[in-house]
Amino acid sequence: MKKNKPPFPPTSTAYKQTEQAHANPRPIALNCVKAFFIGGAICVIGQLITTFYITFFDFTEQTAGNPTVATLIFITMILTGFGMYDRLGQFAGAGTAVPVTGFGNAMISSAIEHRTEGFILGVGANMFKLAGPVIVFGVFAAFVIALIKTLFMMWGVI
Amino acid sequence: MFTGSQSWAYSTSPKLLSGSAVGGPKEAKGPLAPSFDLLFDDLWMEEKSYEDAQQRLMEEASTLAIQKANIFDEQVDFFIGGDLINQITPTNFAASTLQIPFLGTFNACATSMESVALAAAIIEAKGANYILTGTSSHYSSTERQYRFPTEYGSQTPDTAQTTVTGAGCAIISKDGEGPIIKRATIGKVHDLNITDPFNMGAAMAPAAADTIITHLHDFQLPISHYDAIVTGDLGSIGREICIQLLRDVKVSVTNEQFIDSGILVYGGDPASFAGGSGAACSSVVAFGHIYEQLLTKKLNRVLFVATGALHSPLSIQQQKSMPAIAHAVAIENGSDE
Repeated sequence: MKKNKPPFPPTSTAYKQTEQAHANPRPIALNCVKAFFIGGAICVIGQLITTFYITFFDFTEQTAGNPTVATLIFITMILTGFGMYDRLGQFAGAGTAVPVTGFGNAMISSAIEHRTEGFILGVGANMFKLAGPVIVFGVFAAFVIALIKTLFMMWGVI
Repeated sequence: MFTGSQSWAYSTSPKLLSGSAVGGPKEAKGPLAPSFDLLFDDLWMEEKSYEDAQQRLMEEASTLAIQKANIFDEQVDFFIGGDLINQITPTNFAASTLQIPFLGTFNACATSMESVALAAAIIEAKGANYILTGTSSHYSSTERQYRFPTEYGSQTPDTAQTTVTGAGCAIISKDGEGPIIKRATIGKVHDLNITDPFNMGAAMAPAAADTIITHLHDFQLPISHYDAIVTGDLGSIGREICIQLLRDVKVSVTNEQFIDSGILVYGGDPASFAGGSGAACSSVVAFGHIYEQLLTKKLNRVLFVATGALHSPLSIQQQKSMPAIAHAVAIENGSDE
């Protein structure tokens, strides 16, 4: 006797429930704690570098920012090149993505990845593939803030 | 030959004459390492790019499959295969080296069984004597096409899967000794609105379940007919969902019977997240490990269900959901029944 084929597949709403029941929820609280400590540690290292430049070189608190960022990105470059930063990122999440080291990693990993397509169409064209939006919206946000500040100054509020 | 709603029964018994599996460094550390014919300890494989490395994998696996079948290159009538990289270039380039008349196939990670089903159908129609089929994938070439640069420090969730570096090939023949390709069911594309590319298992599970249910219905077989139902690359989460979907419609598959290649290939290593994936995941397991198990009669009746998520980087960026497909091929030892 030929059996009838059971109705299949379920509707996508019904399936959503089945799927959710099996999905491991992301450990958000734990991820936040990890991100806080690793991100914090990176900032502490940054502060130490700043203090180092102020103490041993002719930098002030205002001017030490640039060499500090450059040093952090240089360290990131080494870590990314040796394949260590992505492992750290897997553990720390936002902790390694938010500081300037995350920006450096996004740029450097793309550059390494596209070396096989040459310097112009590979490295040059793809280096800012992931980091590009940070620059675009960073510059735009700075412009808007500067505009607001200028208006406030014109009105004599600040 | 045409059976039920979407299946083929092969009456001329096309044989799986030989199988070969080639892998990379991560596969060499996995529990299936002994079933590989060749393992590379470096992802570059002495090539200039990861795409070239993937082509190399495909060429090595093809050559090995032909050698193991004890036939000459010239005897192979057609080559049917594909991969995941843009316009299946690694396979195209390998086909250029092999100089075997070539049919390119793409159904993402379900390409392996799509190719076997087609090859067996061509043999059945007396269209060829020997057909080479195979698929390849490479962790780094796939990762950079579909996701982020490999060194980018993003956090990957546990539901994600790891692309297998490797290639698996087989020779399907009209005559000779070997496990027999008995049946095949061609799957439908199912889209249940899963949009997270790090959760392919959940997108593919309904497609796998549907193909298995349809296969059993088309051939009026109980699930107990098969010693093992081997899915392509559902991973740990997709496998659980698929088992539940089957049990929901009273297909009582047992946990021991339901094997997933993605879990098998890395042995549940947490660093591989939910398990392996990629076009090579199903082919290295099918033509390496499972083929060995069939030859040694540890398994006699296997339903191999290769699953594929049919998305592209562009469709994901446009927030489209991931449609999925599954094709089933039944491989059995010649028996007394």
